[in-house]
Amino acid sequence: MDRNEMKAYIAKRVAKMLHDGDVVNLGIGLPTQVSNYLPEGANIFLQSENGFIGLGPVPQEGNEDWRITNAGGQCVTILPGGVFFDSSTSFGIIRGGHVDMTVLGALQVDEKGNLANWMIPGKMVPGMGGAMDLVTGAKKVTIAMEHTAKGAKKILKECTLPLTAAGQVDFIVTEMGLMEVTEEGIVLKEINPEFTVEQVQEATEAKLIIADDLKDMQI
Amino acid sequence: MNKELTIDEAIDKIQDGMTIMVGGFLGCGNPHRLVNKLVEKGTKDLTLICNDSSFPEYGVGKLIVNKQIRKLIASHVGTNPETGRQMNEGEMEVVLVPQGTLAEQVRAAGSGLGGFLTPTGVGTVVEEGKQKIEIDGIEYLLELPLKADVALIAGQTADKFGNIEYFGATRNFNQLMATAADIVIAEVEEIVEVGELDANHVVTPGIFVTHLVNGGAI
Repeated sequence: MDRNEMKAYIAKRVAKMLHDGDVVNLGIGLPTQVSNYLPEGANIFLQSENGFIGLGPVPQEGNEDWRITNAGGQCVTILPGGVFFDSSTSFGIIRGGHVDMTVLGALQVDEKGNLANWMIPGKMVPGMGGAMDLVTGAKKVTIAMEHTAKGAKKILKECTLPLTAAGQVDFIVTEMGLMEVTEEGIVLKEINPEFTVEQVQEATEAKLIIADDLKDMQI
Repeated sequence: MNKELTIDEAIDKIQDGMTIMVGGFLGCGNPHRLVNKLVEKGTKDLTLICNDSSFPEYGVGKLIVNKQIRKLIASHVGTNPETGRQMNEGEMEVVLVPQGTLAEQVRAAGSGLGGFLTPTGVGTVVEEGKQKIEIDGIEYLLELPLKADVALIAGQTADKFGNIEYFGATRNFNQLMATAADIVIAEVEEIVEVGELDANHVVTPGIFVTHLVNGGAI
């Protein structure tokens, strides 16, 4: 798989985790691609933290309205039945547990469910934006990312970068597999048949617990 | 009562060293004409409270590029490399705040609250120096209100009293900031007579708005 295929593969698997009626917030980048693969016939309500529910596709060229943008600042559309609101309401929805799942990328994630995705001291300090609130408030937190950063391990025993939130991550989906963070550690529940369990473990610093009923990735 | 000012009169309300709030999210819902005029005037040593520092050539990002900001309080600065540069070289103080906390700090200031408790930031650097309070076994941070001398906000349509309707995703911080500053200046695309707006659709009550600037459509 090249990197684009990898990202599509990850986005497809995450999309299958969503259910009819779910309110979902998708982060910028790879997580945004999840919206291309939403389960057919299911009503999924995409929340955009800058202030609406009912995030629709990017408009055709010439139809952009700069008053309707997503949390990445790009012009988007709002679907029929969608609603706009202010930032306090938006984060009330987020912190208040009204978002069923948030999907974000990560710089590092660890076996305690800690997440680091907002800064690299001395190098990159973009700010946390809405990520800390999303990870703290959403019912389920799914990390969608490439398994390593060009070979450097990202799924660790303990995050070394400043945290976005402590102990909030529920699932990690990569091109290698689907993992669940549990009290006991990270459980590998599904594996991409292109890889062996040994290869997945080699690319992971944390000790993986292999599920008794380990399945092929449900794409 | 007509609150309308020219854009020059409006921007003259802002003095060097003041704290200002500017509504908007990555430029969407920034009061662009007010910001452009403030850049032109060059008022400096400002403390800016805004969700983000937008892009170098768009909205509040221009205030950063023009070096008018001494201190920035925002949730995200990654889209404006000049913010990062000034921060790293110690030219501008930057306080990064989780977005939901920032929104609620502004809301608290405008709503007479002495602060609020949020679980966001617990276990991260955000908790440094803040009081932690446990309620029913859950840890929260005590976050304090945030107000300004002047708020610059953007609306769609206002009546002459300052009742405001918004459009699309521009509402974001504008609705909140309208409540949390001594002087609130709203730039709108159209000003109509009192009575012409449907009271059911007004989002910001005119009592919050000190001055109006008629921007015309952007």
